[in-house]
Amino acid sequence: MVVEKQQQKVLTGTYFKNGNWAIIEGAIASGIAEFFAYPISPASEIVEYVTYRLPAVGGKAAFIVEDEIASINMCIGASWAGSKVLTATSGPGFSLKQEGLGLAYMTETPLVCVNIMRGGPSTGLPTFSAQGDYMQAQFGSHGDYPAIALTPWSVQECFDLTIEAFNISEQLRSPVILLADGEVGRMMEEITIPDEKDIKVINRKQPPKNTDKSKFRQYDVSGQDDLVPPMAHFGEGYKIFGTGLTHTEDGLPKLDEDLHIELITRLYKKLEVNKHLFTEPYTYEIDDAEVVVIATGITARACLQAVMDARDQGMKVGLYRPITVWPFPKEDIEKIAQKAEIIVAEMSMGQLIWPVERFAKKKCTLVRRIGGTPPEPKKILDAVRKLVKK
Amino acid sequence: MAEKSKEIDKSSIIKRPPMDLKHPQETLLRKKAIPTIYCPGCGIGTTIHAFLEALTKYSKIPQDQIFVVSGIGCTGRASGYINLDGFHAIHGRAIPFASGVDIAKPSLKPIVISGDGDLFSIGLGHLAHAARRNTDMTVICINNAIYGLTGGQDAPTTPVGAKTRSTPYGKISFPFNLSHITIANGATFCARYTVYEFVQLSKAIGRAINHQGFSFIEVISNCHVNFGRRNDLGDSIAMRQMFKKARVRMKEEDIGFDLHKTDIEYEIGKGFTKIPTGVFLNEKDEPEEFSERITHAYEFKK
Repeated sequence: MVVEKQQQKVLTGTYFKNGNWAIIEGAIASGIAEFFAYPISPASEIVEYVTYRLPAVGGKAAFIVEDEIASINMCIGASWAGSKVLTATSGPGFSLKQEGLGLAYMTETPLVCVNIMRGGPSTGLPTFSAQGDYMQAQFGSHGDYPAIALTPWSVQECFDLTIEAFNISEQLRSPVILLADGEVGRMMEEITIPDEKDIKVINRKQPPKNTDKSKFRQYDVSGQDDLVPPMAHFGEGYKIFGTGLTHTEDGLPKLDEDLHIELITRLYKKLEVNKHLFTEPYTYEIDDAEVVVIATGITARACLQAVMDARDQGMKVGLYRPITVWPFPKEDIEKIAQKAEIIVAEMSMGQLIWPVERFAKKKCTLVRRIGGTPPEPKKILDAVRKLVKK
Repeated sequence: MAEKSKEIDKSSIIKRPPMDLKHPQETLLRKKAIPTIYCPGCGIGTTIHAFLEALTKYSKIPQDQIFVVSGIGCTGRASGYINLDGFHAIHGRAIPFASGVDIAKPSLKPIVISGDGDLFSIGLGHLAHAARRNTDMTVICINNAIYGLTGGQDAPTTPVGAKTRSTPYGKISFPFNLSHITIANGATFCARYTVYEFVQLSKAIGRAINHQGFSFIEVISNCHVNFGRRNDLGDSIAMRQMFKKARVRMKEEDIGFDLHKTDIEYEIGKGFTKIPTGVFLNEKDEPEEFSERITHAYEFKK
């Protein structure tokens, strides 16, 4: 039971690989120490590959644990002990992880949770793709919390956004969800991994070395412009305490209305203040567009084809693809809605359209398809044609 | 029986202590978090004290390497009152949290202090797997046979016939024998004591902390407010006297392979009539604990 050979940490080069592979390479390049998960299609490849790769690059542990709930809680524990951690799952597992994610938002625990979306509800279509967990990524756990979710549309982005997700998570002390649809997770295409020195990795803020440990208050944000408290870890002598209950700046439970308002407001404000950290959206010819198609993940690639075809036919159409889907890019949508009609394309019965219509303040067209395939470019083009004619 | 419990035994009323009285383990208590949420006379206080005494008197592990995790419930609040690194996990998930910390920082020794509902109802799956892996942790389970914090509903440890808020006609299903389950799942140290046996309990916790691997302590505690009151078992002191009468000291040799010998007996109206206590299991040839196994497995071939 020994690892056969030490492997290179960052596999610089160009490969023909799938999204699940790229996510693990991204996580390893970010410096994860632990990985805990439960096997689930279509994220099983992640579990298989990481148990081969992580021990060979000096990681501390990568193995399957008893269930999805244990995996998220073990990740929270490892994060409080100072590690960067990753967990990966799909629909049903994502549902089981929700309470743990809520704890991570409340205790401000950095970690990354990958959700390779599959058809649902329930066991649904295990090996088929879907985009039906979009709302769950923000509203899955009970109570009020601001979620952060990123959506890749290519294998290259699976790599880049995993690193991005870790950087955001470490800087904001918050869980980040990588919301990839099953198609992106399993399709194979070209991916280029840059040199290790060209990869920007940011680690969490820790209390300064000269801190008086007996007076340390772990959720004290005075003097922190980004509203993120520095994170002390177990075993460093701070005698820290974490709880999912509403807590004071010392981390001790106190059930108090004002304190709860202050704490939850800060969690929201933390994201507002650090807006510049979130990945910018991808846009294609939206400046003069009369119709803008909004989509994420694999659906956006079908939309891009439709938009290009429409442009060829002389229609003024653009594509807007939010990469950071939570927090929702409301200003962008407001701006687009002033000039153009909006089409939302989704691989669900319609989830992304809810916030889009709310901020566009008008009726938008929904092009949807469920059952494992994104809407065809032709269907999107038909919808575009209807709007342009008007 | 009902009338008898209404009489107040005045000899058990303790006068208010002088103000300058200090807790013997004051430095290990988180003063900001006190007063506790516990009812006067609760066995959780006794157990926390026994644990702190074990830390100062019997444990060989430095205090800065120890951290305390608990789940949800009355016992779930215990970690907050102890002035060490600690975490108050979600319901039933104290063990996975502790496992995560143990793997990330093997130098730390996790102590899980939680209740029977938290560890053996919602969290039973995790306990079984932590015991199977022989994760280096000490689990102290305070078994009061009831869900206390939510108001006294029946737990998987509530004895047959006992009345609770959710079993008004008496509990129907059979209770768990917590020590039996834990040994069967692969724990390498297991002991049970009642809150009446303070010194023995404290010593056993000390041994459990020093043990490398998964160690388990079951503490039979009194919830006189929710369990005792509804079953005519009297106040805190009456219940502890019941424990005194019911306890039967057992050794590893006495039990052998028949773990049913450790079963707790309960009679409607009388309360607990037999509580086997003692160190039930202490594996001398300790199998390697989990984080060490990982470290060895991940060594590169040279």
